[in-house]
Order: sequence, then C-alpha cells, then structure tokens
Amino acid sequence: MTAALPASARYASTDASAGVRECAHCALPVPSARRGDGDGHAFCCDGCATVYAILHDHGLTAYYDLKAQDADGERVAAATTDHGYREYDDPTFAERFVVGDPEGARIDLYLEGVHCVACLWLIERLPELVPGVREARLDITRSVVRVRWSPAEVELSTVARWLDRLGYPPHPYRASHLQAARKREDRRWLMRMAVAGATAGNIMLMSFALYSGDFFGMAAPYAHFFRYGSMLLALPAVFWAGQPFLRGAINAIRTRTAQMDVPIALGILAGFFSGVVNTVRGEGDIYFDSVATLIFALLVGRRLQQRQQRIAADAAELKHALTPLHARRLHGDVATDIPVMAIAPGDRLEVRPGEPFPADGAVDEGETTVDAAVLTGESRPVAVRPGDPVHAGTVNLSGRVVMRAERTGLETRVGQIMEAVEEAARRRAPITSLADRISGWFVAVVVVLAVGVFAAWATVSVELAVDRAIALLIVSCPCALGMATPLAVAAALGRGARAGILIKGGDVLERLTRPCTFFFDKTGTLTEGGFRVLAWHERPGERGLVSRVAGIEQHAVHPLARALVAHAGDPEKIAPERITHAIGKGLKADLDDGRYRVGSVAWIAPGGPADLDGWASARLDDVLATGATPVLVARGEQVVAVVGLGDEVRSDARASLDALRAWGHEVQILSGDHPAAVARTAERLGVAEARGGARPETKLDVVEASVRPAVMVGDGVNDAAALSAAAVGVAVHGGAEASLAAADVFITRAGVGPVVELVAGARRTMGVIRRNLVFSLLYNVVGITHAATGGIGPRGAAVLMPFSSLTVVASSYQARTFPSPRRS
Amino acid sequence: MEALFIVVPLALTIAGAAVGAFVWATRRGQFDDLDTPALRILTDDVGRGG
Repeated sequence: MTAALPASARYASTDASAGVRECAHCALPVPSARRGDGDGHAFCCDGCATVYAILHDHGLTAYYDLKAQDADGERVAAATTDHGYREYDDPTFAERFVVGDPEGARIDLYLEGVHCVACLWLIERLPELVPGVREARLDITRSVVRVRWSPAEVELSTVARWLDRLGYPPHPYRASHLQAARKREDRRWLMRMAVAGATAGNIMLMSFALYSGDFFGMAAPYAHFFRYGSMLLALPAVFWAGQPFLRGAINAIRTRTAQMDVPIALGILAGFFSGVVNTVRGEGDIYFDSVATLIFALLVGRRLQQRQQRIAADAAELKHALTPLHARRLHGDVATDIPVMAIAPGDRLEVRPGEPFPADGAVDEGETTVDAAVLTGESRPVAVRPGDPVHAGTVNLSGRVVMRAERTGLETRVGQIMEAVEEAARRRAPITSLADRISGWFVAVVVVLAVGVFAAWATVSVELAVDRAIALLIVSCPCALGMATPLAVAAALGRGARAGILIKGGDVLERLTRPCTFFFDKTGTLTEGGFRVLAWHERPGERGLVSRVAGIEQHAVHPLARALVAHAGDPEKIAPERITHAIGKGLKADLDDGRYRVGSVAWIAPGGPADLDGWASARLDDVLATGATPVLVARGEQVVAVVGLGDEVRSDARASLDALRAWGHEVQILSGDHPAAVARTAERLGVAEARGGARPETKLDVVEASVRPAVMVGDGVNDAAALSAAAVGVAVHGGAEASLAAADVFITRAGVGPVVELVAGARRTMGVIRRNLVFSLLYNVVGITHAATGGIGPRGAAVLMPFSSLTVVASSYQARTFPSPRRS
Repeated sequence: MEALFIVVPLALTIAGAAVGAFVWATRRGQFDDLDTPALRILTDDVGRGG
C-alpha cells in the first residue's frame, strides 16, 4: 500500500488543503471518524478499502490513473497505444461481430486476464469510464463481456482501447451456430428438470396419502381422486420431461445398439402403463411417484455431466477468439488497420517483428526469419527473402516485411488444415461405453426374469403374475445404473478442470483406460519449444565473452539470439550503431578490440571445417554430436567460441513416458521437425518408434492407421487434424488455437506430467464407474429378488430408488479422481 | 374431507404457476450464467459514487 499512486495522492493532497479528505477509492468525503488511517490513504467505508486493496494487489491501480486523467480533462482513450484497434471500426468487422440493438449496438468480446471479483467490478464500470457505453455485462466463467454502446457517441475502437488499457485486451467473439443450439438445448433441459421435479414432488405428496390409506383405510372417492391426480401429473413428466430417454431408446432399438436408455425407457413405460391400467380399474399398485422421481434424478445426473463438458468445450472455443484478427494494409506508404476478413488477394500488408502473418502470400519487401513451428513443427526459424512464400499463422521473428496476400481465410494452409480437422472428426468411430454394454445384458436378463416370474406365478393367479412381473420391471429400472456413469464423469471432469485438465467428453476417460498408442509431437510438447544454450565452448584465455555476445545479440529478436541473451546474467551494454544485421546469417559488431561476428557456421566458416583451426573444429564436432544447433563467435578471422543451442527436453518427459509405458501404453514420437532432431529426442527419452519430417497429412494418416486406439498429444496447427482423428486428442499448454478446437482434452499447465495425470485420473474415474455399477446392480438384485417373491410394491420401490441413487452420488463425489490443485 | 377436492387442485395450480415462472425465467436466459451474478452482489454497491 506504500507504492506511489499519483492519482490518489493528488486527491488526498488537494482535499487536505480544503480540510475535507476524499476517499482514495471513490472520492466521496471521508467521515471524520475514519480519518487518519495509518498509510496516508483514507477511505469512506470498509468496502472501498477492500476494493482498493484488491485492485492494488492485482496491479490494477491503472484505474486510478485513468480516472484522474479523465478528471483533468485529458482524453486518455484518444492516446495511441501499441494496438490501436482501428480495425474494430471497419464495416466488415461490424458485419461479422456487431449486432444491432434498439439502444444502439451490441458486441460480445472475449477478454484476456479476467480472474476475480475486482475484474468484474472494474469491467462493469465501463459505462462510467467511457461516455457512450450503455452497459457492460461480464460472464466471468467464460470471460466474455457483452457491451452495448451508442455508435453515434463513441467508436468501438475507443471502447476496445479502454478495455486494453484497463488490462483486459479484448478479442471479438462470435458464438458459433453450434453454441446457439447448445444454449437452446440447455434451457430446454432445465425446463424438463423443472417439470419433472415439480410433478415428482406433487405425485409424491399424493402417493403419501395413498400409502397412508393402505394402512388406515381410505374411502373409494378419495383413492380415485388421488390416483387420477397422480396419473394426470405423470403425463407431462413421462412424455415431455422423459422424452430424451424415450427417444434415445427408440434410436438404440432402431440402430440395434446397446444403450442405457433402453432399460430406463422400459421401466418408465412399464410403470406408467401399469399405473394407468390400475387407475382405470380402481385397484392394484400404481408407480407414478417412482417413475417421476426416476426421470427427475436421471435428468439431473445427465445435466451435471453436460455442464462439465460444456465448460471445457466453451473454454476451448473461446481460446479461438485469441487468433489475431488485425492486419495492416498499405496504400502507398500509409498503413490502415483492417480486420483479416477484409483482406483481398493482391493487398500489400505490413507485418512487423513478433506479429503473425495474416494471410498466405509472398514477401514483397524486406528480409526476415519466420517461426513456422505451428504449421510445420520445425523448431528452427526459416529465413525468407522477397519472393519467398509465407503462410498465415506463422510468426515473423526479426524484421519488418511487406507481403502480398494471395490466399485468405479458408484457402490458406491453416484454413485447409481446419477443413481436414472437421473431416477427420466426422470419420471418428463412436465408442460404446461400459454402462451401455452392461445395459444390453441388463435388458435381456430383466426381460427373461420378468417372463420367468410371470410364468411361475401364473400357476397361482394370472392377475398376481402380471402384478409381480410389472413390479419386477419397475423395481429393476436402473435409476442408479443410469446415474452411475454421468455422475462419476461429471465429478471427474469438475476435478480435472480445477487441476487444469479440461476434458470435453466423458467417453475420453473410458478410451484412455484401454491400451493405447500415444503419439507425441516433439516441439513444444516433449521439449520446451524454445532454444537454450546447451553447450558453451570458448577458447582458453577468453574473458567476459558470454556477456559480450549477449550484449551483441540483444539487438536481435531471433530465438537463437534470445537464448544467448538469456544465457548471460548481465549482458554488456553495446551501442546499437555498432551492430550490423546479416539477415538469416547473424550479427556483426564493431567493438574496440575488433570486429565480432556471431552467427551460423555457413556464414563464418563458408568452407566448412576446412576454414576452422583444430580447436574450433573439434568443438564444433562435439556440438554437432549432441545434435544441437551450432553458433560460432568470431573476432576478426579467428573463431573464439563455439556454442551449441537446442530445444531442451522437458524435465518431466522421461518419467512421464515411463509411467505411460508402465500402464501398458505404447509411446511414439510423431513430429514435423527434422528427422535427425527427432531421432535424438527419441533416443534421450527411450522411445523406439519416432518419425520426423511429418506433414500434417502424414500425421493424420499415421494416427488413422494406428492398430491400437491412438492418443495424439500435440500443440500446433500441424497436429490439429491428427488430434481430431485420434481416439483421444490432447492439446497441451501453449497450443495453437486451432489445436485446442480439435482436441478432446486440453491442458492448461506446462509439461508432460499433466498427460500422466489425465491417464491416471481416467483410470481412477473408470474405477469409480465400475464401483457405482456394482452398487446399483446390488440394489437391483435385492429389488428383483423381492419383487419376484412379491415382497416389494410401490412403497418399497419408492424407498429403494432414492437410496440406490444416493449411494451412487456419494460414491462419485468423494472419489479423488484428479489431484486437487495446490493452493499457492 | 371434501375440502381436499378444492384444496389439492388449488395447490397444483400454485405449483403450476411456479413451474410457469421458472420456464419464463429460463427463456429469459436467467439461468445461462450461474456464476457471475453470485459475484456481482459483492460489487453492486461499492464505488457507485466514483
């Protein structure tokens, strides 16, 4: 709280002179009783003090500066920032993302950096900060803010700049059609739950009266009244709320597949129709209460599972909004910000270092190096010169270039890969879950038993036989069995999400427990994905070379240069005018003790080892033997240091792969990087099967040709098609947006360890599912035996069903499937 | 006990109205986001003066 806070300090000082202190947070007068807070700031109330502390702890004090500047009459939002968001005002942008509204316009923006209540508070104050903004409503779970504003009063780019300045860079986000449908389905499901719950509760009240009547006697008109009342209420529960189960059963029968819905529908319908017959007859048991409760419980169970799956799917879809959307189009020398949708073939586009290329095309002016790892998996940067092709999604590393767009949108390489992703996802075979497979047997056994019971009792009385057979069908109705899987999965997905492992579908867990072949991408997955200095050999007698080289390399943005800078603790200060760039080769620096050159072997020693003396060529051989990328440092004509840089294998990779192998999984490497680099990593990790130089199409083929179920683990766009074709696709931390969309699981923590946690969690979850199935089958065995002997009726069923369900709920939610995140 | 013939339908009508209210709220999207409103109460009154 002692940090300098210009705005609040200004408030405090002006007010002190006037004799009235203003609250450091909201600027209202501070009551005299609260004055003299120790640290120089005064607050009008504890609420303000708390929010001030929260904002301050989260580094959001920019808000106070902004507020103060606004009070001073400065137009903060007009200030040019790094990103001007000018493309937000483009008509093509509005057409795509902005929705007309009676009050003006509306847009949904995905915000980076939203995490707590203070963010919520700050963002929803947007109308107070920006005149013209009517409302800002944040959905904190998804980090999406819905902004309503009046286009006549304020431009959208101004709103976007404000959000950026507050610390929440916005990204336009348009819900897919799929998501709109999902939302409708979600709401309908809630309504079904409401109807099923309300009818179940009311039928239960009436059943309670009827059950009392069984003991103490009840006049016929009342019994009739309650029976008909129950039947009336059961109608919407069965035929509207219970529709998903009936439909599922019909589909399963039509396609002749085993499905949990079949025994459920059998129980529901047997209970309902026997109840109708007995209501009309005016005697015999009715099971409307059990039927309605069953439907309600099953709806709740499935809802829980869906909710967890949606959270994961939503999170992945939202990350897609992070795909950069703006490009700089050149008209002569004037650059305008436009959205990528507005790029037309033939446009000249400026791309600065650090920015991704917005379209496929060719370089027109300038030279640079390109990080194409996301598209090719290649860990080394590629040098490009005028005329060379560049692809959308790859990142410009070192120099400003102007490119000419040739293909945009879906026609780009990335766009084509994304089409392959959808294609691959369609081809993927569904999986019959354990519970579904059991349900097939279950139906057969129950039907056989019901027929047997009927035949056995028919010798006594046909009427009694029908009653017993129906009782058996209903009592055996697998309420707990139907909830066993959804609850276990919902609980596991929730735990997984908290541990940073987002799983989009429950079937993933089951697939992972079978022996699989894991295909790991190399760059960024098994390795750190960046360069590090692995070996530093300097000529004996040299001093301070590490910091000198770092000082030279500070003037470059090449990944190799950054690694060299990071290697030195404190780089030497070297004036930029002493440095000359040789694009694609290295750097030259004219220093007091001579001309230094830091760069590739081909540049410093064009003649190969022949150009090097004995010391240098021996060191170079050492470096090459370890498979690292060599960089030479020369002073004058003499090589003074040989440096080996490489992509370091993650520290947890070896142990993680061993753990997977111990579970009976096969591990392979499937990478787009140079075969030599891949072979080296494979050797270090003890992986026998490794393939390098794989194009996205090759990866897809390999995964689809896998004999065992394939689990693809990767992070790049080049993995996306393989991720979606694999039985399970796992996108790892830092992955490209495209790969997140294609994968079934995405992991928000770095390292290979979480993949092991995922498999361990899946195994534990399957254990819980099996335990749940055993519990529920036990209840069924008890129920069926009693029903067969006539020892159970509607009352028994009404008690047994909730008990079995509660067992399953308890068993699912106490299980520690995924480790709880450690509190930091 | 004849009162039951009036009271029970009455109770069911009230229950029906409750379900109707829930359906209305669902259609209006009030259950789409269940987490943010819970946090919003923490911030509603704070700093309004600013």
